[in-house]
Amino acid sequence: MADTTHTSENTVARPRKSIKWGTVFDHTVLILGSLFMLVPILMVLQTVTTPDLETIKNGPGLTIGTELDDNFAKAMFQASGFSGENTGTSMLINSLILGVGFAVGKIVIGMMAAYAIVYFRLRFATFAFWLIFTTLLLPLEVRILPSYEIVQQLGMLNTYSGLIIPLVASATATFFFRQFFRSVPNELVEAARIDGAGPVKFFIDILVPLSQTMIAAMFIIMFVYGWNQYLWPTMITTDEDMYTLVRGIKQITQDLEGTNVPEYGRANMLALIAILPPVLIVIFFQSWFVKGLTESDK
Amino acid sequence: MARVHLETIRKIYPNGFEAVTPTSFDIPDGEFVVLVGPSGCGKSTLLRMIAGLEDITEGTLSIGDRVVNGVDPADRDIAMVFQNYALYPHMTVRRNIAYGLQNRKIDKATIEQKVQEAATMLNLTEYLDRKPAQLSGGQRQRVAMGRAIVRDPALFLFDEPLSNLDAKLRNQMRIEIKALQRRLGVTSIYVTHDQVEAMTMADRIIVMNGGKVEQIGTPHEVYHNPASTFVASFMGAPPMNLLEARFEDGMVRINGGTPVMPAPAARTGNVTLGIRPEDVRIDDAGDIPFHVDLVEELGAHRLLHGQLGDQTFSIHAMKDEPAPQGATRLSLIPDNICLFDSETGKRI
Repeated sequence: MADTTHTSENTVARPRKSIKWGTVFDHTVLILGSLFMLVPILMVLQTVTTPDLETIKNGPGLTIGTELDDNFAKAMFQASGFSGENTGTSMLINSLILGVGFAVGKIVIGMMAAYAIVYFRLRFATFAFWLIFTTLLLPLEVRILPSYEIVQQLGMLNTYSGLIIPLVASATATFFFRQFFRSVPNELVEAARIDGAGPVKFFIDILVPLSQTMIAAMFIIMFVYGWNQYLWPTMITTDEDMYTLVRGIKQITQDLEGTNVPEYGRANMLALIAILPPVLIVIFFQSWFVKGLTESDK
Repeated sequence: MARVHLETIRKIYPNGFEAVTPTSFDIPDGEFVVLVGPSGCGKSTLLRMIAGLEDITEGTLSIGDRVVNGVDPADRDIAMVFQNYALYPHMTVRRNIAYGLQNRKIDKATIEQKVQEAATMLNLTEYLDRKPAQLSGGQRQRVAMGRAIVRDPALFLFDEPLSNLDAKLRNQMRIEIKALQRRLGVTSIYVTHDQVEAMTMADRIIVMNGGKVEQIGTPHEVYHNPASTFVASFMGAPPMNLLEARFEDGMVRINGGTPVMPAPAARTGNVTLGIRPEDVRIDDAGDIPFHVDLVEELGAHRLLHGQLGDQTFSIHAMKDEPAPQGATRLSLIPDNICLFDSETGKRI
């Protein structure tokens, strides 16, 4: 981005005039902003390659060490905790299951709810929609105790379904899909009716493929949201083999308080691994994401 | 292929608005009928009731020998072409055309054969694997036609299919649709607000206004013998000239006294006189004074717009006829004058 602005600036201002202070200011802001975002990550990267002892002696430095593979192996394969079951790999898998289950569940339920609200002559459809919408005012934190109690009574503690299902209903997804469906031309529905497509066929054959970009956009948002869940997994999972990454990182630093040298490299490695999947998903789905939220190809 | 019969079909929307007043007509097998009228006249509602997309409030609708009031659109043996094509954007042309057949559980070989036939007929063969977004407006319209053709329906329904096309393409597609309908011989109902389309395509025209049928007739009848001032002013470009006139002393007089034709027996009072612009001659010996304000040059002919007394009036003049500016005189062709009741607008 900065690159393109730069070249176009050059061609415009070819005959050298005085310095454009406005441009300098813009770039200063941009550079400071990117440093603000990048430096912590660079610090993490540096720590990950440095032996823990050096990190604790000198603090974050500028030299790149040789411990990268060691720390990676430790983070991924060495268990922390008592049971020896929460290795980085198992936590990564748990997080992925949570993120994907979260995203897929929210999309499926949101789409079906929106489909019902938009396309069927339901009594009180609008009322039902606003009722769903008001649940945005009741986030998990507000209802966490009753939610926990229900999950516990259903015997879903320490299960994936216990992690995912109580959070899977989504007003946000319902809202976005509702807006999207309302923009689908009515003739399409009528053409499908004449073509003999029933409600289920219309949904699967036409509406779902049309919603591709919207689904992709929702997937990103919901996956990252699910991936970053901290409070709920902390409450629901007590077995170490059910730990997610986000929660497991804390476990490591916590474990090693006392006289031991804190495992900076390993913890930071895990942090790095934890931010990687959301980043990859955003990069991969980026163009669809923008399309889904801005334009519609109908 | 089928006869369509409407028996006092009526539509009242839940909010109490009567979109279509009780309407009856009969469309014989293979006829191309055009429903024409200004927007909001109920023509689309009528078509959508025939398609089954709107409920029929009252009356009976039969297609073929079957009453279809409660029948699902898919089971009415109809095909519909929409104004904005309503193609499925994510499917290829092939799948768009085949979709209705797939839903009817027809075997794949037959579907493929029918799609190929339709594509050949519509010159779409090379576009079968494209998506609708990669096609031009005319091609999309043809895909929509293809989707209708492959179903071998008893009845084609067209809902303003050409209004999204540019003028040149519209003329071309008009001819294509008409030719296709002739070839297939399928009964068709075509809705449009464009009177040129109505005139050129229809076997019979149904002119609608305010939810009522104003006139049903061949294009020739509708044009030359309009049943009401509405039809007279809606059909034709420019429309029929309508002048306020009076019955006096056994004559129809316009412009405060000039007699133009003998009055029908024993009539007095006001009347509306209608005459097509082409039934008027510029005539120095004529007894009607006319002031030309504007000449529209259209190549083969010209349109002269101006004032006849205090009323606006238009004249159609061929290219080799004189086209004077300013004051001139006219004569009317009395045989082609239509008289309308000034109160009701109905033909006398």
